[in-house]
Amino acid sequence: MSTISESIPTPDQTQGGDVQAGVFDPNDPEGPPPERRVFLAVTIFVVYFAVVLILGKYAPGTVGTIARGMLRESISAQTAAVAIAIIGLNIHFGYTGLLNMGQAGFMMLGAYGFSISIWHGLPMVVGIVMGLLAAFVFALILGVPTLKLRGDYLAIVTISAAEILRYIGRLARLEDFTGAAQGIPGSQYREPFVGLSFFGNGTFDLGGWLPTLQSTGVNGWWVRFVAWLLVAICCVLVWLLVRSPWGRLLRGIREDEDAIRSLGKNVFAIKMQALIIGGLFGALGGIVYILPSSMQPDAMGRSLTFFCWTALLLGGAATVFGPVMGAVLFFALRIFIQGASDALVPNSIMNTAQTAQFAWICVGVALMLLVIFRPQGILGDKRELRFNV
Amino acid sequence: MSPGRTVPDLGRPRRSRRRSSRPGARIVGLVLAAILVPFALVLTMAAPANAETCLLASAEKGCIVGTIRTEVDVVPDVVITVEGPNGFSETATTDDRGKWSVAITEPGDYTATLDETTLPKGTVVDGSATQEFSVTNLAQTAARTFGVRTGDYSEAVSFSDRVIRSIFSGIRLGLLLALASIGLSLIYGTTGLSNFAHAEQVTMGGMLGYLVVNQWGVNPWLGIVLVVIFCGFTGWAQDRGIWQPLRRRGLGLAQMMIVTIGLALALQYTYQYFIASDTVKILLEEPAPRALGPINYNTWDVMAMVISIVVIAAVGYALLRTRIGRATRAVSDNPALASASGIDVDKVIRLVWIAATALAGLSGVLYSLVIQHGMRWDSGLQILLLLFASVTLGGLGTAFGALVGSLIIGLVVELAPVAGAPGDLKYASALVILILLLMVRPQGILGRAERVG
Repeated sequence: MSTISESIPTPDQTQGGDVQAGVFDPNDPEGPPPERRVFLAVTIFVVYFAVVLILGKYAPGTVGTIARGMLRESISAQTAAVAIAIIGLNIHFGYTGLLNMGQAGFMMLGAYGFSISIWHGLPMVVGIVMGLLAAFVFALILGVPTLKLRGDYLAIVTISAAEILRYIGRLARLEDFTGAAQGIPGSQYREPFVGLSFFGNGTFDLGGWLPTLQSTGVNGWWVRFVAWLLVAICCVLVWLLVRSPWGRLLRGIREDEDAIRSLGKNVFAIKMQALIIGGLFGALGGIVYILPSSMQPDAMGRSLTFFCWTALLLGGAATVFGPVMGAVLFFALRIFIQGASDALVPNSIMNTAQTAQFAWICVGVALMLLVIFRPQGILGDKRELRFNV
Repeated sequence: MSPGRTVPDLGRPRRSRRRSSRPGARIVGLVLAAILVPFALVLTMAAPANAETCLLASAEKGCIVGTIRTEVDVVPDVVITVEGPNGFSETATTDDRGKWSVAITEPGDYTATLDETTLPKGTVVDGSATQEFSVTNLAQTAARTFGVRTGDYSEAVSFSDRVIRSIFSGIRLGLLLALASIGLSLIYGTTGLSNFAHAEQVTMGGMLGYLVVNQWGVNPWLGIVLVVIFCGFTGWAQDRGIWQPLRRRGLGLAQMMIVTIGLALALQYTYQYFIASDTVKILLEEPAPRALGPINYNTWDVMAMVISIVVIAAVGYALLRTRIGRATRAVSDNPALASASGIDVDKVIRLVWIAATALAGLSGVLYSLVIQHGMRWDSGLQILLLLFASVTLGGLGTAFGALVGSLIIGLVVELAPVAGAPGDLKYASALVILILLLMVRPQGILGRAERVG
């Protein structure tokens, strides 16, 4: 617990090495210069894709198959969708310190709003607005009781609310509205989006380097292009938000709420805004998530929230590129573990379904180890991630 | 975030001198051993989970699978027809575990239709008997769920009878929840940690109970004792291997909470690894069910409630009258002061962890004995919501509050269907109570109002 008198260093005392851990230093808020982080992120991406592309094209047998699987998964639209959701979670947790354990609920609301609106005949723009509106209301309902209380309560309420949303989505009684447990097939809502494509029909694979996919199609290059373009836009948005005075307020609240309150700021309102904005990103992620496949309530359960958390912590919370890197590496690693276990462990010990579960067990253990030993992940700054509820 | 509770680790060096990775490896090793060793035994005993016609989904041959079950039991001998592109059409019949599967060779749009004439008498489809879906990735098994329920399961019973029956099941559920939530509340009270993996401890009790009683054929009473002892041991291992070292490192509470979430995730998938999507229920040769007025019950219902009441009373007595109980309450109240007056805080916390996990294990065993729908690998999800609602309702940190809260939540959850809540939404009633409570009285019924932020 830091008192206010210790928290604000005078200008001539401040150098990078003197800043106490957990203290918000207005002269050095980002830790290592952003240029170094961008350089690190770009290097990792380039190396990773180079390795996977080369192995996918030239390596024979299982190694090649696994590499191709990893490549396919890394550029898929669903990875991009999860990256967008993680960007939202980054605003909640990385920058504001809110423990939102129900990001999958936001995703589900965005997805349902979008798919139900289009299924019932509304235009696509209205569908997107409905999805975002649903997430907005959800954030309000969850935030109003809990944001004035300790962080545990938000975690409890969000984890439960996301489950309840899933139950509601599965209700047989609402089948005409939501499609009940089997969900809404992609064909019901995909047409307006596919209709926008200017990639034409046919397939494209860059001379064998990339997986052979249709240019438009259901899960082809068009949806991937749009998804990753949205990821880029969201990254820029977050960068602008965080650089602004409002972004500084968020980080101040994360470090020491009482200090910000003593400066006269309405902490509750700011936390509410952060919850809503992060939730809107989550809803957008949900919309992109269902575009290449179908709307299934069971696919957006607690597991998805935990993937988002593990990926966020892996990539680096409180950074702009951390969510994207975390998403790509996380999904690729999962495929890698699954493929490697499938190839190396005989089926009598671990059949295919069990390999998948083994990969998830690794996710759980990885989350624990990350939080204990390296909470800043790959790109993060350790000083920003000392937190107490 | 406002500064929350931390437990200062007085009397020991704040940072461990050893900076090598060995402590980390030990932590991981202990955790994995504690989780995986008993389940490795299952491998030698029970057959691996799925015996389907369609075992391996690969890029060339995919699988569409499903299980037909009502809220009471699985339904065998039901016919499902799957039609797909290029005139593909195959039928499958559910086996004696309610499972069906169809092998497919190409992705595309498929339709699965349940033949309602093959459903047994009194069972109807809840929702649509036809499902349309598309398979894009053959290597991923596509699972289709048909909602099926017993047709007249609530029509012939009068309203007041249903209410009385629901009150009975509510009290029963409440007592089982109380066993688990007292532990959760004590852990929170003494360490400030919200343990998101507690529900998985309950599931562990249920699974181990099934293993010991049904698979190994041990006498149920002895089985219960064995399971409780083992679960208490996992609590000891957790505190020794994970929580105490982390407290000594000074890890923040929010980080520890995320560690519990990771642990919950790992445990859930460990359960799924061993039992797939089966439902686990301890089946005993029960004497015929008895009736008391409108309530149908059997011996084990009464036994479970009696055991719960006795254990809860014992815990209450221990907290109020024994020295160690007083020490526990002191640590809950103010750990620094308790330590200053000579109480060994670490020992108390270790004891709390052992007791909490043992109680959760007991709750799990009794749950899988008496609750009809048994336990699945993901039962922890529902139970966690109820546990948190109970603990918050009663007051975080007070054991007696947990008891009161659990009874109320149990009653609400069982009475919600009578009031009209459909299916799984009865758990939503617990959430609604939680949200309303947090707006009006966040410290719960028996909690003390503390200024937070």
